[in-house]
Amino acid sequence: MAETLKPGSGPLGYGTRLWLRSLFVAIFIALYAPIATLIAFSFNTAKRGVVWRGFTWDNYEKAWNNVALQEALLNSLTIAFIATIIATIIGAMAALFLWRFRFPFKPAYEGVMALPIVIPEICMGVSLLLFFIYTGMMGWSVGMPWPLNLINIIIAHVAFCFPFVAVVVRSRLVGFNRQFEEASKDLGASEWQTFWNVILPFMMPGLVAGALLAFTLSLDDFVITFFTSGPETVTFPVKVYSLVRRGVSPEINAASTVLIVITVIATIIAMKLQAPQKTGEG
Amino acid sequence: MAEPIIALRNVTKTFPGGVKAVDDVSFDIDQNEFFALLGPSGCGKTTLLRMISGLETPTSGQIIIGGEDMALTPPNKRPTNMVFQSYAVFPHMTVADNVAYGLKVTGVPTEETKRRVAEALDMVKLTHLAARKPDQMSGGQRQRVALARALVKRPKVLLLDEPLSALDAKLRDEMRLELTRLQENVGITFIIVTHDQDEALSMASRIAVMDKGAVQQIATPSELYEQPTSRFIADFIGKVNLINATVVSSTPKKLVCDARGLGRIELPHDGRAAGDIAIAVRPEKLKITDTQPKAAKKISTEGKVRDVAYYGDTSHVVVRCKDDLELSVNVQNDSRVGGSGVERGQKVWIHWAPEDTLVLTE
Repeated sequence: MAETLKPGSGPLGYGTRLWLRSLFVAIFIALYAPIATLIAFSFNTAKRGVVWRGFTWDNYEKAWNNVALQEALLNSLTIAFIATIIATIIGAMAALFLWRFRFPFKPAYEGVMALPIVIPEICMGVSLLLFFIYTGMMGWSVGMPWPLNLINIIIAHVAFCFPFVAVVVRSRLVGFNRQFEEASKDLGASEWQTFWNVILPFMMPGLVAGALLAFTLSLDDFVITFFTSGPETVTFPVKVYSLVRRGVSPEINAASTVLIVITVIATIIAMKLQAPQKTGEG
Repeated sequence: MAEPIIALRNVTKTFPGGVKAVDDVSFDIDQNEFFALLGPSGCGKTTLLRMISGLETPTSGQIIIGGEDMALTPPNKRPTNMVFQSYAVFPHMTVADNVAYGLKVTGVPTEETKRRVAEALDMVKLTHLAARKPDQMSGGQRQRVALARALVKRPKVLLLDEPLSALDAKLRDEMRLELTRLQENVGITFIIVTHDQDEALSMASRIAVMDKGAVQQIATPSELYEQPTSRFIADFIGKVNLINATVVSSTPKKLVCDARGLGRIELPHDGRAAGDIAIAVRPEKLKITDTQPKAAKKISTEGKVRDVAYYGDTSHVVVRCKDDLELSVNVQNDSRVGGSGVERGQKVWIHWAPEDTLVLTE
């Protein structure tokens, strides 16, 4: 083995076969061309349509000054913020519970807990809507002052976000060496001190990653929010949808681009934190 | 005689599923002992150590530390501290924070904590690494952190679970000496769990050999080597030639038996023996000669050298005798020329003193 392998020229040879490379490029174009177009047209000077007229920042300024969009964005951020905090706490507790204890029907419980991840969003949206109507929450929350009128959406978002947090935190906990916990107790720490000083710091990357995931999911959600929002409580994606029905304007493109950027940054941070640490336990 | 620091009374641990990890163990450990729990893996030694620390609860029996029954005392309230096999040094804390941890959580004043941490780090020679994180340290250094972290608590008993198993050979020898030195300096009881007989023999003042959850023998290293009470221990500690024999007659002073490959032999033995027994003799007690030895009192047999393994200071010679009996002989290579003086295939005589022979009835 005197020859050094060039990247991509190994047994899988993805770099040497033309058809593979073409497929690769095609997939990327299919995935990202729409988004690239959206971002590009957010800088377009034309008021309507998809013809390139020239570069401008005006659309961002207009989007920023649009009161309806502002309100929707504020709602979205508020909901995402509160839902993330609650979902992170509940998700972390569920993960700890599943990691720490043995009890009957544990696999069943684990499966049911992860159900919101796989259940079609539309079903989740309808069922939550029915739940809110049935309990009278829908009518009740409409009359409440901001931000209490967002409570339905927040509850709905917590319901579909916390399983993601639980899954992320649980996978982090799998790597926990039980001897850390034992060492802490052996050194005189109580159960509670051990949790705060040893287990929680270990969970932290998982918690932050889970929280960021929940934040982006909540911020982006359209289907479930659409079903559970009242007339006064419009979130950003829902608002964009209602604007698009009156025609795509570059203003919406600009606002959407901002949303994409926020989401991508949060996702990148979450992935960085979840990546296994390079310095392993020796 | 001061009262024992640890007294175990009929301690039994049965795991869910019915496995008896520790079976009716009773013994005492004295103040300032360097005590070793030795046995093959799965013999229950670690479970016993964990029960002393409180991390495991005995199914039945009593554990008394410093005169107090520990049945209702959780691990964080016991006067014991443990050095874990994986060291379990907290990865998110610096070395100094790791060592200070046990003092902080129990509310020791900051000034005193600082002073004691500095002392402990000095004791294990890690003062210069106080600000490091564990992932920037070697295995040996992390073990020192674990030691300092346990010793800073000033426990009555320090528990060490296979402390040297993760270190390379050279470091292991160093740490062995260092642990013995530490134990002498701090003057507290050390209990070490190990599967390595060299470790136990060279460090411990007393050793409990365990097998299948039960204690087989408790003795000093030399007693264990020269007076094992069973075949298991004779075989487990060091190398030994085990020879099956049948008792012909047994008096309080003397035992006559027919041994495989040796014929009828007489051995000094106090106590009764009957039926099938084993006699054991250590390889270094055997002598090799070219001709039949003159001394009548010796036990001797003739054989052919099957194998010679050269180890520098000694050579290990395997000789095949009558009845396919194979005996290992350690020969000192005490002259530069000639080595062990024997070659493969050579006809030789082997002899040893009857009093160097062990009679094992169990």
